[in-house]
Amino acid sequence: MTLARNDNDLYLIDLLDRLLAGGVVLTGDVTISLAGVDLVQVSLRALISSVATLVDE
Amino acid sequence: MADSLVYLYAVGDAALGESLPPGLTGVDGAPVRVIVEGRLGAVVSTVDPVHFDEETLQGNLEDLTWLAETARAHHALVEAVWRHEPVAPLRLATVYLDDDNIHSLLRQRGAAFTAVLDRIRGRREWGIKAFAHGSEDVDADQSADSNLGPGAAYLLRKRMARERGARAQQDVQEAVADLHRALSAAAAASHLYPPQAPQLSGRREPMVLNAAYLVEESEATTFTNAVQTWHSPHVHHELTGPWVPYSFAMLEES
Repeated sequence: MTLARNDNDLYLIDLLDRLLAGGVVLTGDVTISLAGVDLVQVSLRALISSVATLVDE
Repeated sequence: MADSLVYLYAVGDAALGESLPPGLTGVDGAPVRVIVEGRLGAVVSTVDPVHFDEETLQGNLEDLTWLAETARAHHALVEAVWRHEPVAPLRLATVYLDDDNIHSLLRQRGAAFTAVLDRIRGRREWGIKAFAHGSEDVDADQSADSNLGPGAAYLLRKRMARERGARAQQDVQEAVADLHRALSAAAAASHLYPPQAPQLSGRREPMVLNAAYLVEESEATTFTNAVQTWHSPHVHHELTGPWVPYSFAMLEES
């Protein structure tokens, strides 16, 4: 086994795994904004595709 | 549009209100404060709706530069807070209209947050990614060909290659199961993420395990020793961490 390369981009992907799919998720339990939702959740699919595009470049 | 919004990073004990060092900043460099309600404290910063209202956020999240900066700022703050008090980290970009909504959140979901804090206190998360070794695809077994016509020899080679592939795949699966078993034995809990695609993992070999393990701080050495001593000819693994236990901060439904 080896330690993961301390590469910034690879680290970012591991971080995004956790910040976009981990952490406490609060949905549906609160209120209102102009659009009727005051809680904004990330669209995981959009993110992953943008990350993939960037890494491809 | 509201004048400002409230970005929620983490929830911990009310003591955060006093123990948090001054001068911490969060996303957009905004100063961080603590909203106390009952026994809980919420770590927040006021953010500009120009970046964080729902519509703008959808667009910003597709901008990798913005996303990376925001994720790093969120993470840096959660790490800094964790050094003082264990906290339940929130998912990225959890944004509320105002402080009143945070107060009611802490009132309504207080028991669930307390349960999360009890689960992760005194523990850290370690990440393991495992990759299948490339199979050495030797064009072997020529010996079997000598008595066959070229068509039959071709079919035979194809079948043998397929069987080798299936066997290699099974070896990898067994190795991954064994690795996961060995590490789970040294952990309080585990969480499996989908393997990262090769363009994200930065490796050609397929990722076959993307796991997080929740480990007692006092057991960290036992765990990392288990990681280091595990070997397989079929799989290569990498350790990341320790992380704040993001992967174990899910609220039980109340």
